[in-house]
Amino acid sequence: MANDPISQFNIKELIPLEIGSTNISFTNSSLFMVATVIVTSAFFIWATSRRGMIPTRAQSFAETTYEFVANMLRDAAGSDGMRFFPLVFSLFLFILVINMFGMFPYFFTVTSHIIITVALALLVFFTVIAYGLYKNGLGFFKLFVPSGVPVFVLPLVVLIEIISFFSRPISHSVRLFANMLAGHITLKVFAGFIVSMGSVGAVGVVGAILPFLMTIGLTALEFLVAFLQAYVFTLLTCMYLNDALHAGDH
Amino acid sequence: MRNSNSDDRSASGKDLDQRLADMNKRLGRDVPKVERSASASDRNGFGNAFKLSSEFISAILVGAILGYGIDWLVGTTPWAMILFLLLGFVAGVLNVLRASGELSGSYDLKANEQKSVEDKE
Repeated sequence: MANDPISQFNIKELIPLEIGSTNISFTNSSLFMVATVIVTSAFFIWATSRRGMIPTRAQSFAETTYEFVANMLRDAAGSDGMRFFPLVFSLFLFILVINMFGMFPYFFTVTSHIIITVALALLVFFTVIAYGLYKNGLGFFKLFVPSGVPVFVLPLVVLIEIISFFSRPISHSVRLFANMLAGHITLKVFAGFIVSMGSVGAVGVVGAILPFLMTIGLTALEFLVAFLQAYVFTLLTCMYLNDALHAGDH
Repeated sequence: MRNSNSDDRSASGKDLDQRLADMNKRLGRDVPKVERSASASDRNGFGNAFKLSSEFISAILVGAILGYGIDWLVGTTPWAMILFLLLGFVAGVLNVLRASGELSGSYDLKANEQKSVEDKE
């Protein structure tokens, strides 16, 4: 494996495919997305297949995950937000499992590519717009008009609200992408220190203990970040869906 | 399911909690909370910095892009971009205030804004 910290993010074409002039090759990124979907669905199908009154370990893990996401959604968007539960639950598991896969050595981290996180964030963004328009009709645009603002500053406030609204998918996606990218680069850089110090000589080998300890600490931190970013992404999704559901209430 | 679980727990749960607490005391592990909260707040600080900066920068970007798009459509080349870039800064500040909870909830700014307008008058 190359020693520079960026090469871990290279996309490799595993099965080259082209339709017309569009490259739709099956890449290592696609491989890990497919693996994530298969592993996640296989686990949940297996864990809930017994449906025992007294859950097995796997079943209670599946139930806890369900409850965790369901409570998050209920708290943020109310009980009528539960119609979006399949979307939110899938998003949470997809991102969480992908992030956790990325923590294995030699595995590819799909969420470290901004195109993936932007696609996920835009999915949420367009769901919010489409469902908001469907449910509230034109009342959805009240989202941009905070009540109680005097008429003569209203145009300015509406413009600012619109910009703020359109900035959501960007911050939504950049946060996940940047955290994963930065974390994995840091890990790689500190792990690289071990190798380059070790090659210096006896003093270097002893000194290499320091970056080694740092790498251990960072690995633990990265596991936390991997979970936390999946959680944050889902939580923001819930909050945005809340706007779609209750835009007309103001 | 829940019933049978809680029955189980009431039989042995208190006992187990008691024993766990005893064991922690014997091992001298009953005071680790301080260290843990310190490292958690460090972690939060980093997360917060990331959150707030991404909120701020994304609004500026969107303002610039919107302005550029309007310029491109209407042909007023620098002006809409300048205006929307500035509005983007304002929206960024608004995003940051919202994200940091200074304006609690997304639309509680009514009260604040009204107050500041009244102050001006």
